Amino acid sequence: MIDIDTIGPDVLAAISAATDLAGLDAIRVAELGKKGRISGLMKQLGGMSPEQRQTMGPRLNALKTDVAAAIDARRAALENAALDARLATETLDLSLPPRPEPVGALHPVMQVFEELAAIFGDMGFTVAEGPDIEDDWHNFTALNFPEGHPARETHDTFFFQPQSGDAPKVLRTHTSPVQIRTMMGQKPPIRIIAPGRVYRNDWDATHTPMFHQIEGLVIEKGVHMGHLKGCLIDFVKAFFEIDDVEARFRPHFFPFTEPSAEMDVKFTRKGDSIQVGSGDSWMEILGSGMVHPNVLRNCGIDPTEYQGFAFGLGVDRLAMLKYGMPDLRPYFEADAVWTRHYGFRPWTTPSVSGGLSE
Amino acid sequence: MKFSLSWLKDHLSTALSLNGIEAHMLKAGLEIEHIENPAEKLAAFTVAKVRSAEPHPDADKLRVCVVDTVDGEKQIVCGAPNARAGMTAIYAPLGSYIPGLEFSLDKKPRKIRGVESHGMLCSAKEIEAGDDHDGIADLDSELQLGLPAADALGVNDPVIDFEVTPNRPDWLGVRGIARDLAAAGAGNFIDEPVRKVTGQFDCPIDIALEAPDACPVFAGVLVRGVQNGASPDWLQARLRAVGIAPKSLLIDITNYISFDRARPLHAYDADKLHGTVTARLGRVGETLDALDGKTYAITEDMCVIADARGVIGLGGVMGGTSTAVSDTTTNVFIESAWFDPLRTARTGRSTGIISDARYRFERGVDPASCMDGVNLALRLIIEYGGGTPSRARVAGAPPLPGHLVEFDHGDVARLTGLTPKTASMRKQLKALGFGIEDTGEIWHLTPPSWRFDMDQSADIVEEIARLEGFDTLPTASLPAPEKGRKVVTTPMQQRIRTARRTLAARGFLETVTWSFMPKDEAVLFGGGDDALTLSNPVASDLNQMRPSILANLAKAAQRGVNRGERDMRLFEAGPIYLGDGPKDQRSVIAALVRPGELRHWQGQSSYDAYAAKADLFAVLHAIGQPADRFQTDAPKQPYFHPGQGASLKLGPKVTVAHFGALHPRILKALDVEGPVYGFELNLNALPNMKARPGKTKPVLDRADLLPVRRDFAFILADTVPTGALIRAVTGADKALIKAVHVFDVYRGAGIAEGQKSVAVEVTWQPRDETLKDDQIEALSRAVIAAVESATGGILRA
Repeated sequence: MIDIDTIGPDVLAAISAATDLAGLDAIRVAELGKKGRISGLMKQLGGMSPEQRQTMGPRLNALKTDVAAAIDARRAALENAALDARLATETLDLSLPPRPEPVGALHPVMQVFEELAAIFGDMGFTVAEGPDIEDDWHNFTALNFPEGHPARETHDTFFFQPQSGDAPKVLRTHTSPVQIRTMMGQKPPIRIIAPGRVYRNDWDATHTPMFHQIEGLVIEKGVHMGHLKGCLIDFVKAFFEIDDVEARFRPHFFPFTEPSAEMDVKFTRKGDSIQVGSGDSWMEILGSGMVHPNVLRNCGIDPTEYQGFAFGLGVDRLAMLKYGMPDLRPYFEADAVWTRHYGFRPWTTPSVSGGLSE
Repeated sequence: MKFSLSWLKDHLSTALSLNGIEAHMLKAGLEIEHIENPAEKLAAFTVAKVRSAEPHPDADKLRVCVVDTVDGEKQIVCGAPNARAGMTAIYAPLGSYIPGLEFSLDKKPRKIRGVESHGMLCSAKEIEAGDDHDGIADLDSELQLGLPAADALGVNDPVIDFEVTPNRPDWLGVRGIARDLAAAGAGNFIDEPVRKVTGQFDCPIDIALEAPDACPVFAGVLVRGVQNGASPDWLQARLRAVGIAPKSLLIDITNYISFDRARPLHAYDADKLHGTVTARLGRVGETLDALDGKTYAITEDMCVIADARGVIGLGGVMGGTSTAVSDTTTNVFIESAWFDPLRTARTGRSTGIISDARYRFERGVDPASCMDGVNLALRLIIEYGGGTPSRARVAGAPPLPGHLVEFDHGDVARLTGLTPKTASMRKQLKALGFGIEDTGEIWHLTPPSWRFDMDQSADIVEEIARLEGFDTLPTASLPAPEKGRKVVTTPMQQRIRTARRTLAARGFLETVTWSFMPKDEAVLFGGGDDALTLSNPVASDLNQMRPSILANLAKAAQRGVNRGERDMRLFEAGPIYLGDGPKDQRSVIAALVRPGELRHWQGQSSYDAYAAKADLFAVLHAIGQPADRFQTDAPKQPYFHPGQGASLKLGPKVTVAHFGALHPRILKALDVEGPVYGFELNLNALPNMKARPGKTKPVLDRADLLPVRRDFAFILADTVPTGALIRAVTGADKALIKAVHVFDVYRGAGIAEGQKSVAVEVTWQPRDETLKDDQIEALSRAVIAAVESATGGILRA
């Protein structure tokens, strides 16, 4: 006859003394396994008298439960200790630098194009495009530059070698031919902006042979020069992200608008930076005007029925004014240092709702 | 165009200050480029009276003067020999900047040889108000103490330089400027007619017009017995102020009238003329020794002035030396003609001659001004050079336009939003020189003969609007668009934006490079078509439109490396040009990597042709073009490495991109160190996104059953592209095979020479029921059969 009273403390002591999972499992098999000691005692219950069974049954069950619980607890403790021991060997020096990833950036001119699209998009404009290589008609004649007119001379045009007796093709000197392509291709009402590359044969500190313009065109019944003025003042405020702007419009001459106006804004120079909006000096920022009736007629639009305005502005200079690039030339040099400094983070997306700029 | 304020006041009676004139110029559309205002420059200097001038106790050449100045009595030490008591001089206070000496006086009195000096007495040259430097300026004693130096020296005449727009040749004369400013409200236009000078005899020189289109009118007059010396001081001062060097009376008078009236004239030495003076077209073989010292070959397109001996001038452009006036000229023949603007412009362009006459004639000279020019010249010649005038001869007739402009004055409000009173409009138009026939709503206007830009109602609207002032325009925001908001950008523009952001997020720097490149390099990139060669490039190495962006990027990458960059990753979204037609331009995204050594403690990573492919596919994925629609094919472009470049195709015909390593020989020609990898994606070749009705996404199609995966290894010829094997496996069961991954490519021991082992993991996605073993077996056999039939590859044992 085994003394149940001594089994309990012995087994529990052995369990807590177990130092690894294998030793613990050996104890489990020896006591609770099919042929284990406590399992054997349980089997003997069947041969006992009812009285004996009544006293031994609960005691054996309690013993079995206690031992099983002690084994589970010890197993958990041993597993934790083993995990802690393993983790202690897995320490990383996380002060080490990760593998460097190259950092990209967006070009400021391309970003400013998107800002302009956001602003004018909010005013109901859509973006139109045209080819860089234009014929004389779209670049000049249709825009009311008569052949031989001195206004053509002011454009420093790039010409292609003449082919088969036609007037030589040109690199467009402005984005205005997109006005013509748009009016020839769709019926009013029209509200478009046309961003793009333009070309003039001029290269010095403030001119590059290629630069960027954005053209605006509105053709609608009843749109007059007051709308032109309001639209462009709204634009300047939105673009420079200022509450107010002092602006003035001056008469000027462009063959394709009548009346024609240049827009000046006030600015302040603070050290190397320029703040647009107010100040003591005026700066010209764009040319504009009511679309010339001859241009409308050239595009098959009746100037007594439809009218509207157009404007054009230099995007590179606009970017310089807003973001403080001191020089135009590095725009086209693909210089890594410049692009990282003046460029924009990849996911900076100009929008009216989210703000135009970083 | 430059003019001085005093010259303007010959034609404009005004009480306005310089600022007022400036404001009215701005209002009328005369854009000021620069104002040279001597009064501003000389503001610090005033008239002073020297009370006494005693010798300096310690210096022989210095004098100690007591001077009455605007600042009170001052002791000034002066080194000028002419300083004397009672003298009227120019005083510079302490602290003032002396422009001619390029220094500022100290702010505190300074001791000169022990005697304090409280300022300076100046010569005209020291304050840059003249050339006189024989001691200090010795002024008229009548001049009042404190008078500004600019007034005292008679140099208070601001000079205004402004931009003349091509439509306003009348602004090339001071009188025309005055007329516009008066109309804009700056004062009264002094409209005195030029009085006729009565000739004393018939002009003996005949004038003939043989090309009436080129030169429809020619007035000429002879003056005998002229003395051609220096012109009067006032005339020289006028010309100097606008930047013209005085030469002699006769030349100065023609220049003066050209700037005063925008009326070019030409003066011939009549004794050097032979026979009839004829305006005609040039003849092949003729030449002209022109006044600029050069000899020009005459063409049949040019309008020339000729006498019996040949060409003596290019009409409206420049005269010749053979008949030029000189200091000894006594008999002068004056030409006042009108030359066709277009022909004058052509002659000017083809000869390259830039002259004040050409500038005016090619923009348009008032055809009615011939006789005014003659009479004005005669007046000045006779007054300052003496002589007897002939009666003028006029050949031909001025080409006056004579058209009427119908002006609907409702157009002012319609086009500008302004609503000026009709009385105000009438006054403005009259001031500009229009003749008005008021017939109610529509006015019939006769434009003045000096305006060439007045054809229709809108032209008149501009005149009214600028004279009203653009500052009075209403300011109205645009009304909401009639048809509601549209998407602002096109799908193409959206793709470009997304592609740019994808590349920037993957570490690429965005560039904008020239659309042109050297022709010889363009040839290497498949371009070089003569139709895309510029005939007047800005530089000889920017003479060809680019057929590819990669050349520019490769050279930019090399520049970066030369400046110390290690790893250059650049991209550009821009055009390439396949021809000169409007549809021959392509929108391309090009990216290029010139990998550098990026050492890292976890080991090096490197960029290669596969990385370029990954970047390309990332862009395609971002713009909604999954990689599995494309096939990789042999390189199409010779500027890629023959074994490490490829084209990406959509179906058998459409090539959308090229990628891989650039050809070492091409890099060498560009002077770029390799290796360099990149891709070029032609966005125009990609299919448009399919428009779906509405915005709802398609129903989610998720399989509930677990996918089954099996590995296969095939042995196939090394020359067979692995892509063919992937395609074969993928096509083995289009319904069930969801993915095919290559996880090993092996050549070497155990595999025969010329063969490779490719291991792929195939994933089947069952739809309706779990795949049973025999089904999987059948599917596997189908994969093996497909590979064998398409590539000759067999299952590795």
